[in-house]
Amino acid sequence: MNAFELHHMTFAPTKTAILNDINLDIPWGIDLTIAGHSGSGKSTLLRLLATLLTPTSGTILYNGKPQSDYDPILYRREVSYCAQQPALFGATVADDLRFPFTIRNTEMPREQAEAALESVDLAKTMLDAPTQNLSGGERQRVALLRHLFFPPKVLLLDEVTTGLDPDTKAVIHNLLDRQNKKGITLVSVTHDESELHMAKNLMTLVDGQFEEVTLA
Amino acid sequence: MNSQLIVSPLALLLALILVVIALAINLKEALGMTQDLIVGVVRAVIQLTVVGFVLTYIIKVNTVWLTLAMVAIIIFNAAWNAKKRAGTIPDAFVTSLLAVTTATGLTLIMLVSVRAIRFIPAQIVPISGMIASNVMVATGLAYRSLNTEFTDLRPQVLERLALGANLKQASQKLIVNAIKTGMAPTIDSAKTVGLVSLPGMMSGLIFAGIDPTKAIMYQIMVTFMLLGATSLGSFIAVYRSYPRFYNDQKQLR
Repeated sequence: MNAFELHHMTFAPTKTAILNDINLDIPWGIDLTIAGHSGSGKSTLLRLLATLLTPTSGTILYNGKPQSDYDPILYRREVSYCAQQPALFGATVADDLRFPFTIRNTEMPREQAEAALESVDLAKTMLDAPTQNLSGGERQRVALLRHLFFPPKVLLLDEVTTGLDPDTKAVIHNLLDRQNKKGITLVSVTHDESELHMAKNLMTLVDGQFEEVTLA
Repeated sequence: MNSQLIVSPLALLLALILVVIALAINLKEALGMTQDLIVGVVRAVIQLTVVGFVLTYIIKVNTVWLTLAMVAIIIFNAAWNAKKRAGTIPDAFVTSLLAVTTATGLTLIMLVSVRAIRFIPAQIVPISGMIASNVMVATGLAYRSLNTEFTDLRPQVLERLALGANLKQASQKLIVNAIKTGMAPTIDSAKTVGLVSLPGMMSGLIFAGIDPTKAIMYQIMVTFMLLGATSLGSFIAVYRSYPRFYNDQKQLR
């Protein structure tokens, strides 16, 4: 069974469709990269998969059932969307990392948070650092960790390495590879050509249509 | 003592010089508020004159239903004006009506039941106006805060939703800020009362010749009732309004 099946899916909030009559199957466990220029509809596609937007026509099936059959809150805990420029909303790193625990009414074990920081090459002392002092790469790693304390089944990654230095990119790719090996399905979008050679499964999206499909 | 409270028509006419000063500044600095100023003055004169006669009649006949009708009119107008600050928030009038009615009603019931005031039009109507106008301002500010923050903090809200937060969890910070914004003027006023301003009720009693040490008792009561009423009104308005920033699929509108 596929994680997602898109049937004649169109997203057209105005007269011009951002995504037009898309048919696509995304298997469970895949590490898929979708490439495309800015404005090609990549981020919109991820937000549709995450139920942060709803198709104007057609259907998206998740695990064989229409998205509308799921409770959106529980769905988003299984299908987790990471934004390109993540908003950190806590005063400190600990506040931010605590959020996934707070919404599940549990306490964040400090040791678990420290270990998570170290797993992405951040010092565990950073836990009490103010988020406003973090660099772009540090922010992105903290934001990604928030999605991983309670592992989702699917991670939707919206240009998560764009604009980062090569070392930070390597750390994030390493982290994501580990998640994929644990069985988490990864769907990434990028417009960064330097990322494409690392893609295990690649598709290109041009003007709301998949033009080329090179699935492994 | 009472003769000191009578303002003659001539005195009022002379006081109009103050409005002329405002108009002159407005014209010299090209503030573009001439029409607003004139409309404001004319409306104030007409509205207060009408209310003066209506209140005289209501106090004279002293019936429960007429008193309640006057309170209802005050509440309706307060809700209508609060709704104007709500922008595109759906159902804002119903929300405002609920907030102002609950806050005013509960505060009045409390004050009457502890015998702080009596159920007579001379006391019920002015106190209702005082409560409803403060709740109107509080809810209006709370709406404005919600509108601003749901725009400015949209990425944060989206991020919380993406992490699997429910609507309340996704909006928590915005809810808190909106209630705080709504209550801020009342809290600031409570902090500075007597130091910066001698509020209306206390000033009125002192004008009427009441011993200031007795007038403060009423002002303390007013401070308590306004704190309670504005917090209740803001709470109701914010908790009824924040879900309206989302659609049925729990997505941001």
